[in-house]
Amino acid sequence: MASSNGKKAVMAVTGAVMVGFLLLHMLGNLKIFLGRESFNDYAHALRTLLEPIAPYRTVLTILEIVLVASVVLHMWAAISLARRARQARPVKYVAKKSQAGGYATHIMRYGGITIALFVVWHLLDLTFGVVNPKGFDSAPADRMIAGFDLSRWWVTLLYLVAVVMVGLHLRHGVWSAFQTLGWANRARYKALRATASLLSAVLVVGFLAPPLAITFGVVK
Amino acid sequence: MNLTLKVWRQSGPADAGRMVTYKVQDVSPDMSFLEMLDVLNERLIIEGDDPVAFDHDCREGICGMCGMVINGVAHGEQRATTTCQLHMRHFEDGATITIEPWRAAPFPVVKDLVVDRSAFDRIIQAGGFVSVPAGSAPDAHSVPVRKEDADSAFDAATCIGCGACVAACPNGSASLFTAAKITHLSLLPQGQPERVTRAKAMVDQMDAEGFGGCTNTGECTAVCPKGIPLDTIARMNSDYLQANKK
Amino acid sequence: MKFVEGPEIRDTKAPEGPIEERWEKRKFAAKLVNPANKRKLNVIVVGTGLAGGSAAATLGELGYNVKSFCYQDSPRRAHSIAAQGGINAAKNYRGDGDSIYRLFYDTVKGGDFRARESNVYRLAQVSVNIIDQAVAQGVPFAREYGGLLDTRSFGGAQVSRTFYARGQTGQQLLLGAYQALERQVAAGTVEMFTRHEMLDLIVADGRARGIIVRDMVTGEIERHVADAVVLATGGYGNVFFLSTNAKGCNTTAIWRAHERGAYFANPCYTQIHPTCIPVSGEYQSKLTLMSESLRNDGRVWVPLRKGDDRAPGDIPEDERDYYLERIYPAFGNLVPRDIASRAAKNVCDEGRGVGPGGLGVYLDFRDAINRLGRDAVEKKYGNLFEMYERITGENPYDVPMRIYPAVHYTMGGLWVDYDLQSTIPGLFVIGEANFSDHGANRLGASALMQGLADGYFVLPTTIGDYLAAGPFGEVEEEAVAEAEIKVRSRIERLLSVNGTRTPDSFHRELGKLMWDYCGMERTEESLRKALERIPELRKEFWENVKVSGTAEELNQVLEKAGRVADFFDLAELMCLDALVRTESCGGHFRAESQDADGEALRDDENFAHVSAWEYSPERVPVLHKEALEYDYVKMTQRSYK
Repeated sequence: MASSNGKKAVMAVTGAVMVGFLLLHMLGNLKIFLGRESFNDYAHALRTLLEPIAPYRTVLTILEIVLVASVVLHMWAAISLARRARQARPVKYVAKKSQAGGYATHIMRYGGITIALFVVWHLLDLTFGVVNPKGFDSAPADRMIAGFDLSRWWVTLLYLVAVVMVGLHLRHGVWSAFQTLGWANRARYKALRATASLLSAVLVVGFLAPPLAITFGVVK
Repeated sequence: MNLTLKVWRQSGPADAGRMVTYKVQDVSPDMSFLEMLDVLNERLIIEGDDPVAFDHDCREGICGMCGMVINGVAHGEQRATTTCQLHMRHFEDGATITIEPWRAAPFPVVKDLVVDRSAFDRIIQAGGFVSVPAGSAPDAHSVPVRKEDADSAFDAATCIGCGACVAACPNGSASLFTAAKITHLSLLPQGQPERVTRAKAMVDQMDAEGFGGCTNTGECTAVCPKGIPLDTIARMNSDYLQANKK
Repeated sequence: MKFVEGPEIRDTKAPEGPIEERWEKRKFAAKLVNPANKRKLNVIVVGTGLAGGSAAATLGELGYNVKSFCYQDSPRRAHSIAAQGGINAAKNYRGDGDSIYRLFYDTVKGGDFRARESNVYRLAQVSVNIIDQAVAQGVPFAREYGGLLDTRSFGGAQVSRTFYARGQTGQQLLLGAYQALERQVAAGTVEMFTRHEMLDLIVADGRARGIIVRDMVTGEIERHVADAVVLATGGYGNVFFLSTNAKGCNTTAIWRAHERGAYFANPCYTQIHPTCIPVSGEYQSKLTLMSESLRNDGRVWVPLRKGDDRAPGDIPEDERDYYLERIYPAFGNLVPRDIASRAAKNVCDEGRGVGPGGLGVYLDFRDAINRLGRDAVEKKYGNLFEMYERITGENPYDVPMRIYPAVHYTMGGLWVDYDLQSTIPGLFVIGEANFSDHGANRLGASALMQGLADGYFVLPTTIGDYLAAGPFGEVEEEAVAEAEIKVRSRIERLLSVNGTRTPDSFHRELGKLMWDYCGMERTEESLRKALERIPELRKEFWENVKVSGTAEELNQVLEKAGRVADFFDLAELMCLDALVRTESCGGHFRAESQDADGEALRDDENFAHVSAWEYSPERVPVLHKEALEYDYVKMTQRSYK
């Protein structure tokens, strides 16, 4: 795991865990279109999953631990690979021109940092309610609807930028994970790239639909 | 053609190095890039200056000795072309051209545009071979090889070890070079017995040399004069992960 | 230049008896080295091409202590890498009537009866092992759908015995040898010295005992001693400045060995390859070969009329001269290399050449495209067409290619016996650096075969016979110091001239002179002129060369100057050899010796011998002849009409 290839594999696997989480998260978010109740029930169900076999919040906590571990490992691998890359080129080029679009080079690291910062805000806002007008002791749906109120248009904007960034990150990341885990080849490249793009697009649309609907008053 | 060259000059590993500007006149469009530098050097020698040191040998695109970053692109912007096969007709009259060495910590500058690529040899030493002493080989027809596999192996085996992949990679990774050899041998029945140990040994050596990790940016394959495909890296990863499972 | 004739020389190692048993006999008679002793025996191998790379790897596998040297930054870059066509082997996988005997026969005949029968037969025998070895190493030869190896017929051979890996056979075989070599480096049996140039041979007590090298990065002069020295330093075609050789190819290693007593055999045998991209201007630094296979479908022509400067497409059919088809109706565009080359020179001399300077002929694919379709032509030659366009900027699908002959290979080299040992005991010479197997003309796809035969199979056996008497103990300090001082003083001398001309400008002038006077066609007059001019130019060189920088750094000008200095001396010997050999044979065409049709005329009565030259510091070389006998292949005049 300490080798550069090992770290890449860590990034791929933890990335896959996070993509799985994002898909479930997105599906949950869409419940807001079925009404506040439906959304709140979903949030509650998450906490009472497998009850009474397991105590309250067991499954969710396990999921959260896995998720946090993935985030930490993903960032650890990214940072150590970035550091390694910096050490591998101590003297920079005077002129450097990308021949592959430069997309992956720039979007992944800066995008990753942007996303990490957003996640902090996002947790403070909608999970812990610290920066949410409704505070912590409120129903999840209330927090969500209040959070994306038109008066707080800049939150929606922030969210929009971040979600697009996630999409761009995954467009390369998903494909890259296949490559890293050795499942890609020339014949599959096209399909894999298309899959990555489609997945990213679905996530972007799925995540943006609720806040935009709230901001523009479609969901009240 | 008249050109302005901005060339990296560095007298030795201890020197910090700097860009120096030269004017070159009466360049023919039919000259190769290296012939243009020959003209500059002939002049510098007569003027008592130190000519620009650069590596070159076959000048027909196969030995892998030449290589410089021209206007920010390894081997210049002409695709699938080594520096020695790049011709001046692809530049505009009056243009300014920046010329830099491959830049990577495992490729320390020896002088000017000459770098030390012995790290590549050490990666091959780690396992880039089939262990078969001379005289012990069975008849060449005893093991048939699927034509498709032989062809794909050949595609990977055409790597000339020039180092452009490292020079172009934003991470300074040698993955394409290492993967090309791993793929070549991994696709052939002759390479099977040592397949996973080879991948592990070579990748570990690549790390030990101080190359960066791959982030699948595709910059390497874009500048590769032999067009080594990116999926060689996927195969390397697969063999490597398999080695670590055992 | 004067010379004297010395006693005849004989190959004392060649076994007698039926030709097919000779190699077996020699292998059995050769003394073996006790495995425990091998570790105590040091062998130096200079050069890492097919011959040197495979030899160093194999000697390492056998357990010897090997030091391997090359001037490039990696052993993988030796110029064998550029060989395109393929490698011959008498496998007879096609069942088309090939055999070891036929490969032997073709090679002796192709060499115009100037090679040794014993050596050539052994080469043909060993050829089959090379393919086995290369395949086992993972060399990706071309294959057929059934999974078996594909072969093609090459260079006019009537059987399909050439194995190939697209147009990069040399690269793939060299990488195989390189990988085997690096495996031994990892195993600790071979110590590798890259960016090191051999500058002298250490001879002590009559034996080759080591070399003096310059570390090309630091400029340090180093001594390396051993029990035997193997030179695998390639050919000397760069004496012509423009050739298909790599820029770094040089004669220094073999020339310094020659100065130390190794005889130089047949220096005048030079192979000119007919299908190269012509010179485009004064700045030209090298010539690029286009695979000979192009002549299978391309038609060679020039305008009928002198000075016709119309675009090729505007010249009507009846005003074109398809001269190869006209002169050689049976073989047409597929005549052997030397004949095609000379015919091109003749039409250009008549003023009918095309392109800049009138030094080119057309190789036209128009008819092939019409007949087979553009797609089929692209499939067959696409990569070659691309290469041509990359270099010339012209698209051969639309305008005919222009080609011209260029120096490609040198059949001459240091004289060696059947064991590949030179006239200095303990100095072995393999690959293009020796003279042995190709006679006066090398057939296509035979160079790779010879290099690998020498390196993988022949030398590792024969060198044991010599080393069995070793280790040879301490090397006397006097001999080592003398060689080192000689090297140092020469470098100082080069640096101290401080004249006004660059080494390259001298090299260019020497090359032009050699091409004009000792090139495709040689006459007594031209050779005498060259022999007059070379010493003058050499004198000017030593009085007026400008070498910038110092000896204690990476100094490419100094490297170049040292090589050019040796080329002068070699050029002189080449011209002398060409002058003395008044016959025409293979790659040596004396205008005085031709038949009524202008074809090369051998003089077997007076010249069925190897000319082995002994160095003399007073510049009066001594000629030793080695008589050539043909017991199996009857000597005949070649005819391709």
